[in-house]
Amino acid sequence: MPKEPVNPVRNTEFAAGKNKISNGVKTREVSAEERVKNFSEVVSGYSEEEALFEASRCLQCKDPKCILGCPVGINIKKFIKQITEKDFAGAYFTIREKNNFPCICGRVCPAEYQCRKACVLTKKDSSFASLSAINIHFLERFIGDFGMNNDLKVRIAADNKISGYKVAVVGSGPAGLCCAGELARLGVKVTVFEALHSTGGVLRYGIPPFRMPRDILDFEIDYLKSLGVNILPNFIVGKTNDLTDLFKEGFSAVFLGLGAGVPSFLGIPGENLCNVYSANEFLTRVNLMSAYDFPRHHTPVNIGKHILVIGGGNTAMDAARCALRLQKMGNIEPDTTIVYRRTEVEMPARRLEIEHAKEEGVKFRFLVAPKEFTGGGEGFVKILRSLECSLGEPDASGRRRPVAIEGSDFELESDLAIIAIGLQANKVLTSVTPGIKTDKYGDVIVNPQTMETSVKGVFAGGDIVGGEGTVIEAMGMAKKAAFAIKDYLYSLK
Amino acid sequence: MKILSKKVLNDFQGVKVISMEIFSPQIASKAKPGQFIALMVKKEGERVPLTVVSRNKESISLIFQEAGFTTKLLGGLNVGDSLYSVVGPLGHATEIKDYGRVILVGGGVGIAEIYPVAKALKDAGNEVVSILGARTKDLLILEDELREASNRLLIVTDDGSYQRKGFTTDILKELLEEGKYDLVYSVGPIPMMKRVADVTKSFNVKTIVSLNALMVDATGMCGCCRVTVSGKTKFSCIDGPEFEAQEIDWDELTKRNRVYQDKEKHICNLNKLFQE
Repeated sequence: MPKEPVNPVRNTEFAAGKNKISNGVKTREVSAEERVKNFSEVVSGYSEEEALFEASRCLQCKDPKCILGCPVGINIKKFIKQITEKDFAGAYFTIREKNNFPCICGRVCPAEYQCRKACVLTKKDSSFASLSAINIHFLERFIGDFGMNNDLKVRIAADNKISGYKVAVVGSGPAGLCCAGELARLGVKVTVFEALHSTGGVLRYGIPPFRMPRDILDFEIDYLKSLGVNILPNFIVGKTNDLTDLFKEGFSAVFLGLGAGVPSFLGIPGENLCNVYSANEFLTRVNLMSAYDFPRHHTPVNIGKHILVIGGGNTAMDAARCALRLQKMGNIEPDTTIVYRRTEVEMPARRLEIEHAKEEGVKFRFLVAPKEFTGGGEGFVKILRSLECSLGEPDASGRRRPVAIEGSDFELESDLAIIAIGLQANKVLTSVTPGIKTDKYGDVIVNPQTMETSVKGVFAGGDIVGGEGTVIEAMGMAKKAAFAIKDYLYSLK
Repeated sequence: MKILSKKVLNDFQGVKVISMEIFSPQIASKAKPGQFIALMVKKEGERVPLTVVSRNKESISLIFQEAGFTTKLLGGLNVGDSLYSVVGPLGHATEIKDYGRVILVGGGVGIAEIYPVAKALKDAGNEVVSILGARTKDLLILEDELREASNRLLIVTDDGSYQRKGFTTDILKELLEEGKYDLVYSVGPIPMMKRVADVTKSFNVKTIVSLNALMVDATGMCGCCRVTVSGKTKFSCIDGPEFEAQEIDWDELTKRNRVYQDKEKHICNLNKLFQE
């Protein structure tokens, strides 16, 4: 259950009734000064009073755009209405109809690019939601936590026609968990195979506990188990066995939620010097292996005096905020800098994470193109040599392309660097699966209507299909796949 | 993941080399020579990679030296105890075929890792010469097993306490000078593998080594185990663990494997204090 924050900051504006209708109700947060001393949750969530006020701001549009902005199509209008009526249980079931993990999504969804951006209260042509947009994610979290704290359970509506079938789900990240949940609710016997010793995929190894507390993650996964989902950790499909084995063992269909496993590197000299980490490695050590609790937990992680994090996405923010906490906890004067080749506006990270990182003291260097790491005799990194950039014409992503300025070389001190520039497909399973079609990036090619791969009965979703996306986008794909798997099982009759 | 049997192969000045058989029918049915597993001794533990030395119907055998904190913890377990996590088999298997004449070079606990490969290569019709090296007689392991798995077995010890005094590479060089070989396969401490690469270079013989880079997830997710091969970054866990010896940036690997030396010392010292 969520603990009370160490030092809850009262939402004084709200308490004083000064909150203008034009802006949403802020959530209480642990002060930056306090929260950098540990890995406890930063955002405290709405009180009932705050949730009611925020919900009352919703205009209940006749033609709600927010629902279209949600990758899993939650009936946002309805659940907000239910909140205003204090029917929190009703709101919970409304969300659960479409989303099995409200406690997770309410915390990690980049709502400002999705439902909130679509909200009619967002100013036209903004690149992300305005402050006036309804804080749909905070309301979802409030309701999710209400359901968790009151032990509300969704009943299984077993579909007798398919409830005898076994389906294998490969990977226990957002996509796998979502697909498993959807099928389990129909009574299908689902087994989830997870390569690591612990479930949750990126929710566990990537997203830090101060954003996604582990007891909440455990609760949502336990909920899935209560629906009858069997989870097998320490099992790598593609190594421990393969898809042929799974079909032989009686699974009728398989869902691949493999994730985007392999970290990308910059490809610049010196990148393999000691203390140059991929964000995946750094975060895995800290989050999955609890290296912040070394030596009680045995996995070490190094920490530097001058830390650079290269990249501008959520992973970069997570890595920087973890690094800064480790400096603070290790009694090192915090000095962690995010180095990004464009400017703040183009950063793909959630705005909230950028704000939180700034509040906590993470520094930012924009328009920087890393050129070379150099190190000392023992092989540890010391300097990042870089070039300054300017912004050129927009590229395929619509963001202005950074252009390195020749001769603008400068040096940044760096005794630890974290590369957070993205991931590529992990080919461990696809390379041993005959007939499965992948694109030039190694991502699995699917029929976009059904998420079925080129192998019969094998479906896929999440980052292994679209490249890197968000938790909720992965869930959207997984949900589509679950419906298609249902139809596929029907066709087997 | 229960421990079915445990045997101390040698105990030299308090440092033991231990063989452990672990129940895992799934891994046993799939593991091939050259592959490894990743294990955690307990929930708070590290994930460490260890080569699968042999497999039975329902179990795999591992051999390790109590060299660091986690291997000591592992060595402290007994028959009937369970490991928190074992996953595998990981990495690419050794390419087993009839190369012709092959030399296997094993140093220290690396001897355990060349054993399954020697057996498989011999079964595939190769003429197998194995060179085993140990610091001293009491540290030599699997002599009988490798004699069985080889057509010819040669042993050296650093201090001359058993068989010939010297290094594995002394013998390797002599063999390559005497006759033509089609493959050299080596596992051992990094300095030894590097010397093997140096020796075989001038004889132009294909040389494969299995690297012991540090790993975390061991499934390609983190890149901790990256190593430069032919100027390109490779991941030992999913691209290896075997690579062409002459192509490896040994200096980089040596340094990268020392990145947590201070932390390792710290946790070992704490453990000593705790035990006292």
